[in-house]
Amino acid sequence: MATNTQIPVADRRVSEIAPGYTFSTITEKISNIVLSRPVSLGWIVGFVIVFSMMNMLMIALGYLFIKGTGIWGINIPVGWGFAIVNFVWWIGIGHAGTLISAILCLLRQTWRNSINRFAEAMTLFAVACAGIFPLAHMGRPWLFYWMFPYPNTMRYWPNFRSPLVWDVFAVSTYFTISLVFWFVGLIPDLATLRDRADIPLVQRIYGLLAMGWRGSARHWHRYETAYLLLAGLATPLVLSVHTVVSFDFAVGIVPGWHTTIFPPYFVAGAIYSGFAMVLCLAIPIRAIYGLQDFITMRHLENSAKVMLATGLIVAYGYGMEAFMGWYSGSQFDSFLLWNRLHGPYRLSYMALLACNIFIPQVLWLKRFRVSTGWLWIISFIVLVGMWLERFIIVVVSLSRDFLTSSWGMYYPTKWDWMTYLGTIGLFLTAMFLFVRILPMISMFELRTLLPESHVHEEAEAKQ
Amino acid sequence: MTTSTSMRDSSIYGLMAEFDSAQELVDAAHKTHQAGYQKIDAYSPFPIEGLAEAIGFHKNRVPLVVLIGGLIGGISAYALQYWVAVITYPVNIGGRPFHSWPSFIVVTFELTILFAGLSAAIGMLVLNGLPMPYHPVFNVPEFAKASDNKFFLVVFSSDPKYDAAGTRSFLTGLAPRMIAEVPS
Repeated sequence: MATNTQIPVADRRVSEIAPGYTFSTITEKISNIVLSRPVSLGWIVGFVIVFSMMNMLMIALGYLFIKGTGIWGINIPVGWGFAIVNFVWWIGIGHAGTLISAILCLLRQTWRNSINRFAEAMTLFAVACAGIFPLAHMGRPWLFYWMFPYPNTMRYWPNFRSPLVWDVFAVSTYFTISLVFWFVGLIPDLATLRDRADIPLVQRIYGLLAMGWRGSARHWHRYETAYLLLAGLATPLVLSVHTVVSFDFAVGIVPGWHTTIFPPYFVAGAIYSGFAMVLCLAIPIRAIYGLQDFITMRHLENSAKVMLATGLIVAYGYGMEAFMGWYSGSQFDSFLLWNRLHGPYRLSYMALLACNIFIPQVLWLKRFRVSTGWLWIISFIVLVGMWLERFIIVVVSLSRDFLTSSWGMYYPTKWDWMTYLGTIGLFLTAMFLFVRILPMISMFELRTLLPESHVHEEAEAKQ
Repeated sequence: MTTSTSMRDSSIYGLMAEFDSAQELVDAAHKTHQAGYQKIDAYSPFPIEGLAEAIGFHKNRVPLVVLIGGLIGGISAYALQYWVAVITYPVNIGGRPFHSWPSFIVVTFELTILFAGLSAAIGMLVLNGLPMPYHPVFNVPEFAKASDNKFFLVVFSSDPKYDAAGTRSFLTGLAPRMIAEVPS
């Protein structure tokens, strides 16, 4: 019986996965990273560093809870400071994971199958980091549940006309659906780990998480439907999240915030920074764990192209802001542009233009897209650039509003920096644990990329 | 080959046949279903197009569950906002009408997605009967490969057409790698 008579043309040209792999070698290579690979000295050293950074976050937050937000550099007029800058930055980074797992799934871009798992993990950890900031910025974070509509003795209810309330719903839905999507995607692979684990306790833990998955055809059928529907639901969700985040600004009247271009410009910027983070993580991980056969140059190059495209949308956004500053004839809007170019924060605006617009243009050249070293550097630059963008939107706009009497400067304190670097520690700590505890590449989706997985009805009909 | 006189041996859950490829499994499932076996199942390490149809499974209610979940989420979100803003806690904010519906779209949208998404995941698990920590097919040691690189077909002993000897010889005709009894 022919098992592999025809390979679809589309599969022949791609190198989504290096040739020579079978179902069992895929399983072995990915599950062994979790089950049998010894913990290396490099991992321990790296983990100690990022875990220390995470503890710095704990110290910064602990002191914040004792003293209040006065330890930060925020003031009047700049009430939002680092907390909101970092919140928007982290949420944006999360967007690439959902884009890869949901939108590329709907578009049948099978190359996503080898990067979606860790991109989704990246989303979860990034949204967790993002969530810390608005909570900490509240001043009284233990009362966070006041934002939710629930019957209470104060007999008050949230104001549903406020974008800040929309944000609560958008971000909490985003986190929940990302978690569900990620976990549903993990179930079949957890079953593989359960079936391969030698240590009884490990087997029990994976068995518990796999919930008795046995790969029944009925189960797969419902599973695929549910997965596709989740992808279909996550797609508008991810576009809505950064749109709602941009409403936090656009609904306000501050110059630099009150623009209709914000929603698409924020979403494009989110995907831009998210793909930069995917590359920053994927390039070292594939080298360390020898996954070049699964995360091929094609994946890196495609990610670079997405970065280039979304970067151009972001550049269009900057251009349009400048154009409106001139064309609107509003003195506040034209001052905004002048202030960005010549004001006290001009260096950050120059750096922003360099990081987000000029330097990434080298990605037009294939030489840079296929060099892992260059790609990593450019991705890092984009991450810095996107952080600066949020800094400029939040801080520069607030520091110069309509009345000169209410102008003021914002300088971050060491506690601001500790909190920010601390969340990077939290993110990386979670990433370090993830690559050793869960399969970082989806095994069952990789199996479907092999030609042997394709079944031909004709072969059956002939008999 | 063991021959059992009892057609309904309650200590046997079914007969399992192991195959090497997805193609073989789909073909075998087709033949088994065409031979009149109703209570059969196929197991594979990845989703195979057409396999569910091959074993005669067509009723998939996950989309309906998701639709109902989404509708409940959307309607309850809008109703909650209307009730809060118009009936129980009307506050004049910037002179906007109490029923300022454009402002209510965002939360309605988010809760539609939330409820539909949770319905998709929970509905899929519940309809699949998961979590189910114990299942008889796990009693066959070779079945550990069902999550790796092997493909299995099981005819349940509850099938009206099942008889230990006849079913076994039928499965042997499908040229499997091996046949095993699944103890319940």
